[in-house]
Amino acid sequence: MEQAFEQIFQDKIDREVRIEPKDWMPEKYRQTLIRQISQHAHSEIIGMLPEGNWITRAPSLRRKAILIAKVQDEAGHGLYLYSAAETLGISRDQMYDQLHTGKAKYSSIFNYPSLSWADMGVVGWLVDGAAIMNQVPLCRSSFGPYARAMVRVCKEESFHQRQGFEILYVLSKGTEAQRKMAQDAINRWWWPSLMMFGPKDDESPNTIQSMKWKIKRFSNDELRQKFVDVCAEQVKVLGFTLPDKDLKWNEERGHYDFGPINWDEFWQVVQGNGPCNKERLDARKKAWEEGAWVRDAALAYANKKAKQKQAAA
Amino acid sequence: MATMKNEIDFLLHLADNALIIGHRNSEWCGHGPILEQDIAITNIALDYIGQARNFYQHAAELINRHPIGIDITQTGNDIVLPATEDSLAYLRDVREFKNLLITEIPNGDWAHTTLRLFLLSEFEMQLFTHLLQHPDAQVAAIAEKSIKEVSYHVKWSQDWVLRLGDGTEESKQRMQAAIEAIWAYTGELFIQPEYATAACLNYAAIQDVWNKKVSAVFEEAGLNIPSKTFIQKGGAEGMHTEHLGYILAEMQYLQRAYPNSEW
Repeated sequence: MEQAFEQIFQDKIDREVRIEPKDWMPEKYRQTLIRQISQHAHSEIIGMLPEGNWITRAPSLRRKAILIAKVQDEAGHGLYLYSAAETLGISRDQMYDQLHTGKAKYSSIFNYPSLSWADMGVVGWLVDGAAIMNQVPLCRSSFGPYARAMVRVCKEESFHQRQGFEILYVLSKGTEAQRKMAQDAINRWWWPSLMMFGPKDDESPNTIQSMKWKIKRFSNDELRQKFVDVCAEQVKVLGFTLPDKDLKWNEERGHYDFGPINWDEFWQVVQGNGPCNKERLDARKKAWEEGAWVRDAALAYANKKAKQKQAAA
Repeated sequence: MATMKNEIDFLLHLADNALIIGHRNSEWCGHGPILEQDIAITNIALDYIGQARNFYQHAAELINRHPIGIDITQTGNDIVLPATEDSLAYLRDVREFKNLLITEIPNGDWAHTTLRLFLLSEFEMQLFTHLLQHPDAQVAAIAEKSIKEVSYHVKWSQDWVLRLGDGTEESKQRMQAAIEAIWAYTGELFIQPEYATAACLNYAAIQDVWNKKVSAVFEEAGLNIPSKTFIQKGGAEGMHTEHLGYILAEMQYLQRAYPNSEW
């Protein structure tokens, strides 16, 4: 029986028919999606912190307004994604609990500090840029609610990426101090951005199954290469450099070659030893714990009102 | 010329109010108690930054058109000319800011934040309604646009006052504590600044409506208006709490550290 269901399921996937929440699905498909979507949602929420860090210090009112709108978008992405994950039978509170207890992960990039205004430009250009590279294929993910959420997410992310590039473009035309600030930010964020695509293909055990289920469409290394190729050209427009002495166009491959990634650092940050892992998680836990009385009150009030309405009817 | 100086000062007062309360509300971004409410308070902060920009831009236009003989600062410091929305927001110091004290006091907990917003936005609703009759069409237009946003701020913050006032025992205590802490800053709302000379403004009428609206919500929520009525005032004239200096130090840091740069 199970096998017949699995056959029908895989057949649908092969025919590019979307899987919807009430359809039969293998338990492992469900769990893989919960892990992936919740991890993505957590990344949006944790990702608000390094950028929220600069809202009160934004250097002009226009930049302040744009940054507020952008960080608010990230909260909205978190919301769509938590909702998409909820259709798989897990509650938002359970997902928060997994985040707060360290059971669920989020993108390691947000464990790096945002130290200057130029970081707002680089986070938009490189971090959101890498995210888009990862996420555009997810708009065709086999799971319907995830794919639909990603369509909206990607539209906004592409605006974020352009505003980030524009911040850097203005800095590149600015004073010597501003250009230094921008180059320093690029130097700090470049390698962590490359790590956002995840481990090398031969060390990414879930990839094959995820590609078969069309949760994933391209391998980590394919997407990483595409990202390097794009950024290596864009950085020329800015007149800055990427901090990689091995970066070089390879005519034969039709791609840029690039230097080795420090995977030790990657795994250290994943395991909780990045510069801001503790701060980020603590900030989220604090918001959650200190908000408990607010949520209790809202619930008590809603129940009271519902009862009054019932009594009146 | 006196009339022009008054209008410029009044515009700066409105702009500073919006900028400083926007700054305070934006401090919640990423730290709210509920994700949907984090989005709401951040959105409200964005509305305020937008209002501040509209008022500063208009003030800058008037300053640039009438630069001679107008000392628009209270300390006699020269204003940077030509004025822009950013020079007005980023290059004036504490004594030049004309925002009401209620906008600059720290956020406190969610009860303090939502109550402050409720008290302020009920006031703004009335003030902006009066400004629809302002002889300067641009002021009236900004007021009209702002009213659309403020109506939502009133509704959102009022709902929180009711929810917390009539929620749990703890939330009621916290909301009542917020009222005790913030009440002393509400009197300043109705002291007509010397430069608020437009004939369309009637602060006594604003206070009258405000009293009725606020009392009605407090009564529904089972909250008490404090009996002590001492008023903290001075913000509109540039006499601030110690908090404003820290807000400006943070907000203005890049413009001060890297002068004459484009961002």
